[in-house]
Amino acid sequence: MGFADFKLFKIRGGVHPAENKHATAGHPITPVPLADRLFIPLQQHIGAPAEPIVKRGDKVCKGQLLANSQGMISAPVHAPTSGTVIAIGKYPAPHPSGLPVRTIIIEPDGNECWADVTLPYSDPLTLDPDEIATRVAAAGIVGMGGATFPSAVKLNLRKRYKLQQLVINAAECEPYLTCDDQLMREHASEIMQGIAIMMHALQVPEAIVAIEANKPKAIKAMREAARHLSAIKVVSVPVQYPMGSEKHLVQTLTGKETPARALTADIGIVVHNVATAHAVQQCLYHGRPLIDRVVTVTGGAVKNPGNYLTPIGTPVSMLFEIAGGFNEEPSRIIGGGPMMGQPLPDTKVPIVKGSGGILALTAQETAQKTAMPCIRCGSCVTACPCGLLPLEMANRARANDLDGSVKFGLMDCIACGSCAYVCPSHIPLVQYFNFAKGALAEKQRAQHKQEEIRRLTEFRNQRMEAQKQAKRKAMAKRKAEMAAKKAREAEEKSAEAGA
Amino acid sequence: MSASPISGPYTHENSSIRKTMLWVMLALTPATAFGIYQFGLPALWLFVITIAACLLAEAASLYVAGKPIKAYLSDGSAILTGWLLAMTLPPWAPWWIGVVGALLAIVVGKQVFGGIGQNLFNPAMVARVALLISFPLEMTTWNAPHPLFSAGTPNLLDSLRITFDLQTHYDAMSSATILGHVKTELSRGIGLSQIFADSFNPLKLGIGSVSGSLGETSAVLIFAGGLLLLFTRIISWHIPFSMLFAIALLASVFNLIDPERYPPAMYHLLSGATFLGVFFIATDLVTSPVTKAGQLVFGLMCGALVFVIRTWAGYPEGMAFAVMLMNGVTPMIDHYIRPRIYGRTRKGDPISYDEPAEAKND
Repeated sequence: MGFADFKLFKIRGGVHPAENKHATAGHPITPVPLADRLFIPLQQHIGAPAEPIVKRGDKVCKGQLLANSQGMISAPVHAPTSGTVIAIGKYPAPHPSGLPVRTIIIEPDGNECWADVTLPYSDPLTLDPDEIATRVAAAGIVGMGGATFPSAVKLNLRKRYKLQQLVINAAECEPYLTCDDQLMREHASEIMQGIAIMMHALQVPEAIVAIEANKPKAIKAMREAARHLSAIKVVSVPVQYPMGSEKHLVQTLTGKETPARALTADIGIVVHNVATAHAVQQCLYHGRPLIDRVVTVTGGAVKNPGNYLTPIGTPVSMLFEIAGGFNEEPSRIIGGGPMMGQPLPDTKVPIVKGSGGILALTAQETAQKTAMPCIRCGSCVTACPCGLLPLEMANRARANDLDGSVKFGLMDCIACGSCAYVCPSHIPLVQYFNFAKGALAEKQRAQHKQEEIRRLTEFRNQRMEAQKQAKRKAMAKRKAEMAAKKAREAEEKSAEAGA
Repeated sequence: MSASPISGPYTHENSSIRKTMLWVMLALTPATAFGIYQFGLPALWLFVITIAACLLAEAASLYVAGKPIKAYLSDGSAILTGWLLAMTLPPWAPWWIGVVGALLAIVVGKQVFGGIGQNLFNPAMVARVALLISFPLEMTTWNAPHPLFSAGTPNLLDSLRITFDLQTHYDAMSSATILGHVKTELSRGIGLSQIFADSFNPLKLGIGSVSGSLGETSAVLIFAGGLLLLFTRIISWHIPFSMLFAIALLASVFNLIDPERYPPAMYHLLSGATFLGVFFIATDLVTSPVTKAGQLVFGLMCGALVFVIRTWAGYPEGMAFAVMLMNGVTPMIDHYIRPRIYGRTRKGDPISYDEPAEAKND
């Protein structure tokens, strides 16, 4: 165990936003009844969207594969319940743009009949590490902390990196959210099994579970569950946003910074979210794909906040209904936490694999004010956990000076929002950074396209030139041959004449 | 910005420019109240006139610039500028010193640069330095304390006559500040031990019952205000303490070399605008560096300049000049002194670990 003497390291900057976790902390995970229709987007992860293998009118079982992953970075999706596929088409996704994505719509039959999940082994720890990653990939498990990167890819990193440690990110540093807290309180031993499987897949000797100190009950439950597991340490880390940023968490635990533009794997560490560990356990021990997740439904506008075990595809509006509806008209509806979450365009969008929380915030909570000019107070510089100069980056982004913004660290920005949180002038700094990052990506794409065109044009010109050259050469050769022939004939003639 | 931004965060610390300004004003209140108490009604009139003129100048400038007057005027920055300026003026200075100062501070020092946050120099110090150079007589006529409710204090009518520069029968006993007194006496070739024998009283200097600017005299009360700002994290310790350190260090070193010519550290710390300068003027957010390391450099150089100007230059007090000079250096400090970016070396390259164990295998 040895958690008492675990040495922690300081990280730079950060903020201490009001936690507001009290509204849902300790609320038991309550299963949500099935919605009339479930909306399963084919893209709930980073990477290529899944490709449907069912068609309209098909009857599907709970846990049945609906769409296959495409390529290395992708994830399949499964049926959250049994029922009928009533449509495959475009439907608004939980993204600020509200743009529709391809979605499979299922009408549940209410029978909850499972697809066959018998496992061909008795103990997952005897499986080959590759086999674990394959099964995790097939179960559609993605990073459940919100990043939604396909987990199997991160379980296969041992082939390319020399790994020493698995870090389980259970910091849950976003205010309001308690889904991971509650999951740890209620399912600590399952999570430990999941961690053991992940360690086996990664072939690392050691795992550290990092939990922010404001979750004493989760820490206690997890330590209890880890009592006989000497390779897994449960560590209480300071409450400091953004502790859950994986590079900062790793620095807190090891004192090592991940080099810029590299992965934590470059310093021998792989980080997985705690809910992901639970999903991995469900997959390897019970054959369950990722078809539901714990969602914290909270915010000042919600009547009865709580934690809900929600089938993927459940409309957000239904979760709010189950939570008693609203006390007052919410000023913002956010998917995720208030620091890094995204506003939802509409409450009809579904819960997806990365939805840890749904917040309905009052105007008082968002404390939104008109932006005033920057007074160069330097609060953002002090708050930035990455050592950047947010005020300078925003100034340049505003003037459309993208290169200038990059010089002050735009590409090292993790968009944690600490700067905008403290800004006394209420300048929407993250908005400026997102704009600049988007404009930069667009510029790079355009540049890439231009270069490609130039390269192809040059290649074509060269080819044409080469053809011309070859033609000219052939012509010259023929001419020379003709001349030689003529000369020979003339010679012969003159010789004849001479004779 | 009319449309609300899409990006988060959707929560806020609830800080605002106005809150920051209000805290600074609260921190200035004890020293100001003491200054008005001990210099009487003329000090109160000057204080009110200077702030009112700043507000009017700000409103007029905002109107000309086409900016929303109410939103900007209510941020408190114009009041604070006027307040700080008034604190540095001779308490019985005529009304037009306050008005001209306000115009210099708000129009020349702040609004022509583009308003709040854009000014290179501390507006109050721009005004103070310009006034000192333009009106040396009015700006160096000091009077001895005449506490309110005491026998010698000017009555209402006299006070108005003093402030509005009318014929007055009131006999204002002029009295040099300690900095001015010591400078004059030293130039006459008198040694410090002799000068100090009848003029240097650390206790009186600390409390502030001496002649001097309206709000600069009480080192103790200003220090208390400074502690409030430190405690509420409106300012950080870096500028005040590096500045005090530089002043004290240089003063002590030179005092050791020649105690007859160079006064001790205590004299420099307690006299003139030292405490007001280090806690309230040099720490001005707009015109000081944004990084902590930059602030240390800024503070050390400010402190050194204060000592140099007081000791060797023509003026007895160097705070305003020192801060303004360093304001001009702030952009350069901010250019060269930047925090190290996470995962990068100071030069900006990605950090690398030499241990082969951590090297990438491929």
